[in-house]
Amino acid sequence: MKNTSQWVEIGAVDDLIPGTGAAVRIQGKQIAVFRTDDGLFALDNRDPFSDANVLSRGLTGDIAGRLVVASPVYKQHFCLRTGECLEDDQHKVQSYPVDIRDGRVFVSASEEV
Amino acid sequence: MSKRQLLVIGNGMVGQRFLEELVDLEHDFQVTVFCEESRPAYDRVQLSAWFSGATAEDLALGSVEFFEQHGIRFLCDEAVVSIDRDARVATGSKGSSFPYDVLVLATGSYPFVPPIAGSDRDACHVYRTIEDLEAIRASAASSRRGVVIGGGLLGLEAAKALKDLGLDTHVVEFAPRLMAVQLDATGGEMLRSKISALGVTVHTGKATQRIEDGSKHRHRLVFAEDELETDLVLFSAGIRPRDQLARDCGIEVGERGGVVVDDQCRTSDPAIFAIGEVALWQNRTYGLVAPGYDMARKLAAQLCGDTGALFTGADMSTKLKLLGVEVGSIGMAQGGAPDYRVCAIEDASSGVYKKLVLSEDGKRLLGAVLVGDTSDYDTLLQYTLNALDLPESPISLIAPASGDKPMLGVDALPATAQICSCNNVSKGDICGAISAGCTTIGALKKDTRASSTCGGCATLVKQVLDAELKTQGIEINNDLCEHFAYTRQGLYHLVRVNSIRSFAELLTLYGRGKGCEICKPAVASILASCWNDYVLDPRHVGLQDTNDNFLANLQKDGSYSVVPRVPGGEITPDKLLVLAQVAQKYDLYTKITGGQRIDLFGARVDQLPAIWRDLVDAGFESGHAYGKSLRTVKSCVGSSWCRYGVQDSVSMAIYIEERYRGLRSPHKLKMAVSGCTRECAEAQSKDVGIIATEQGWNLYVCGNGGMRPRHAELFASDLDDQTLIRYIDRFLMFYIQTADRLQRTSVWRDNLEGGLAYLQDVVINDSLGIADELEVQMQSVIDTYVCEWKRTIEDPEALKRFRPFLNDDQPDEQIIYVRERGQKRPARADEKLEKSADVLLETV
Repeated sequence: MKNTSQWVEIGAVDDLIPGTGAAVRIQGKQIAVFRTDDGLFALDNRDPFSDANVLSRGLTGDIAGRLVVASPVYKQHFCLRTGECLEDDQHKVQSYPVDIRDGRVFVSASEEV
Repeated sequence: MSKRQLLVIGNGMVGQRFLEELVDLEHDFQVTVFCEESRPAYDRVQLSAWFSGATAEDLALGSVEFFEQHGIRFLCDEAVVSIDRDARVATGSKGSSFPYDVLVLATGSYPFVPPIAGSDRDACHVYRTIEDLEAIRASAASSRRGVVIGGGLLGLEAAKALKDLGLDTHVVEFAPRLMAVQLDATGGEMLRSKISALGVTVHTGKATQRIEDGSKHRHRLVFAEDELETDLVLFSAGIRPRDQLARDCGIEVGERGGVVVDDQCRTSDPAIFAIGEVALWQNRTYGLVAPGYDMARKLAAQLCGDTGALFTGADMSTKLKLLGVEVGSIGMAQGGAPDYRVCAIEDASSGVYKKLVLSEDGKRLLGAVLVGDTSDYDTLLQYTLNALDLPESPISLIAPASGDKPMLGVDALPATAQICSCNNVSKGDICGAISAGCTTIGALKKDTRASSTCGGCATLVKQVLDAELKTQGIEINNDLCEHFAYTRQGLYHLVRVNSIRSFAELLTLYGRGKGCEICKPAVASILASCWNDYVLDPRHVGLQDTNDNFLANLQKDGSYSVVPRVPGGEITPDKLLVLAQVAQKYDLYTKITGGQRIDLFGARVDQLPAIWRDLVDAGFESGHAYGKSLRTVKSCVGSSWCRYGVQDSVSMAIYIEERYRGLRSPHKLKMAVSGCTRECAEAQSKDVGIIATEQGWNLYVCGNGGMRPRHAELFASDLDDQTLIRYIDRFLMFYIQTADRLQRTSVWRDNLEGGLAYLQDVVINDSLGIADELEVQMQSVIDTYVCEWKRTIEDPEALKRFRPFLNDDQPDEQIIYVRERGQKRPARADEKLEKSADVLLETV
């Protein structure tokens, strides 16, 4: 079931510097939001390999055509669209829908994308 | 049937090579090796490298693992004291008996010490084993001057060692010229003047009569007419075969020593063989390693049934660099054939002497002498070894570089041409290895052993490799990553030449895709090295790696550590107090670093600006501990305080640290300055190490600690302040321009074709004509330095990124600490789970 009723406004698009990420807190949950040339993406901020809340500080880019963020701790890549880890399919982070309306950024923290 | 017993007496370079050759073949021996020294075989050819940084491990050739792997019984610290040839039993120095079927003498030689009264005084040494080197170093610590007795090849090597130890170095030679065996009179004279110019005093035609107490120095060497005082004496007056064991058991030895062997390396006892420096073949011994290796190879083959493997003599050509002076000697360097012709060039102004010894008809090259420039050595050696027809005008082979110099391309060499004479590797061997997949110099060295002993043929091997790869159509991929089909060096030049100021621009023009965590920080570093823009500028901030991203060092729990710059490790009590107060105020775990600074751990990203505001207000600057950039310049207190210091190392360290602070480079850079040869700042473990001498500074480069420690190598000696700085400017900029991403200076140096000598040529002699440019580029980085933290705390836009959450100012609640030894540390997972909230310490 797709649940789209929990959109939360987290700030203006211009608060996000192109090519970087930032952490947001939605209902107590830490989420990393990334601004790329291909749009905005949101993943769990928690890096499952280090157990630290740091994915928002990772570098974004593409690997073999997939948009990714590299964990700043041990450098595993997570797909920005799905949250899958490219190096280890045992680990996956949650991804979240992001929307822009009138220059404002909305993230849906529902469990399903 | 029980295995035949093979005893190998001696585990030097040749003894070890024999074992390696043997285990490569199918043999049925139970092998026992006697090694008199306390460690398995090591590379004596590279002995002087020990003084410029190589460790005993670096020099090691044999290893306990090797012996174990091949079921060889290795007896360390044990010699053989006697051989009973009738019973075929050898007796070891620990009293045990060892029956044998076959015995191989590889006992090598010992340094000859002339019978001079006083030669057994303290601080009188020989130069043969690592133990000798340790003793020399120990004596050198209390010495100012050192004298090498013997001006041959080894003696000059030893002189380099003394010079590297910072001693006022003299060479005393009995003959009227240096390197009397390899050079002719003119060559010897040329070498002498070049070496003298380097600060080594040469005394020829002097016989030392006795050594007695000196008045200004420890010893006085008394000659026929005059005398010379010195603190340390190093005998290097030739070597003698260690044939005592053979003599004692009645095996035939030569009149002047050496165990007589035939083409099979067999002695007068058919069960006993001799190889290496102890063997006397056709009434001559060989003091070079290549002939010994050849004997080892032939004997191993023979013992495994190849009766055709005979030793047929060896080429004694040699090319080396003595005290930085290139010297080469090929074949009959001094003539010697019944009829021969000579052509030579001599240029006293540049100190170059080249002589060709030609056959009577002028068609063949019999020998050559090269001093000051050995660039023609490889070509000339090929003409001699392969008896190639000389060009019409042989002098053109050694004439100063001009467009019409006849080129002997590697393509012209037959497959049988010997490329590496130390290890008898032919062009065909190398091409075969390339076909089998060795496409790098490193792989070729490992597979064929080419260029792995003296390294003299490295250029030639590389040429063969390049030519062969081209022929075979093999391409090597050096792309930085999938987004840029360029090396880091290539990208650097594109950025520099096209004045590219942003990643986006470079990607559009020369890349594809979006970039990744490999190319983005690499390009960010290149942009910073070239233009030194603010790294958190919106154009660059998305490129910075983990630590540069927030100008601090990310720790395992997502918090950061902070390292303010403490130039040279010198800090006032007031500033120390500030660090303590800041640490207290923000409850930071405090630790002293190895680089003489203080590291403050456990700062959350949102605390960093406030911490730095306090630090900047107190006069601190960013320490760039987070960057691939200059970290610290460590120093000892030097002449200001120390009884032994000869220069002001602290002032120099501070000057250098402030000069290069903030310089972005392919990898982190560490430096140190020691105020005297005792080297308390450990400069020889740094990328740039500076050690004070009486006359100025010795510059060492390309060392590092870490996972693969590496000693720095002496780059230039006795520099004044200005020259020192100039060389460092050039060295660093050249490294920044040409190194690969995340390549430390040591690895970079190893991959430079020509290695250290090439680097010296570029930096010292400006062989590429880029020195001025490098200095200008460095000056531009220095002139545009701004403390990144000072700039950041004054920039409201940059500070926005340090908010803990875009939509919330509460810090990360999952960064949790516990107390240990009076300070905080990150809670472990089990502690986070087990302990209830009240024992957890929330930092506010």
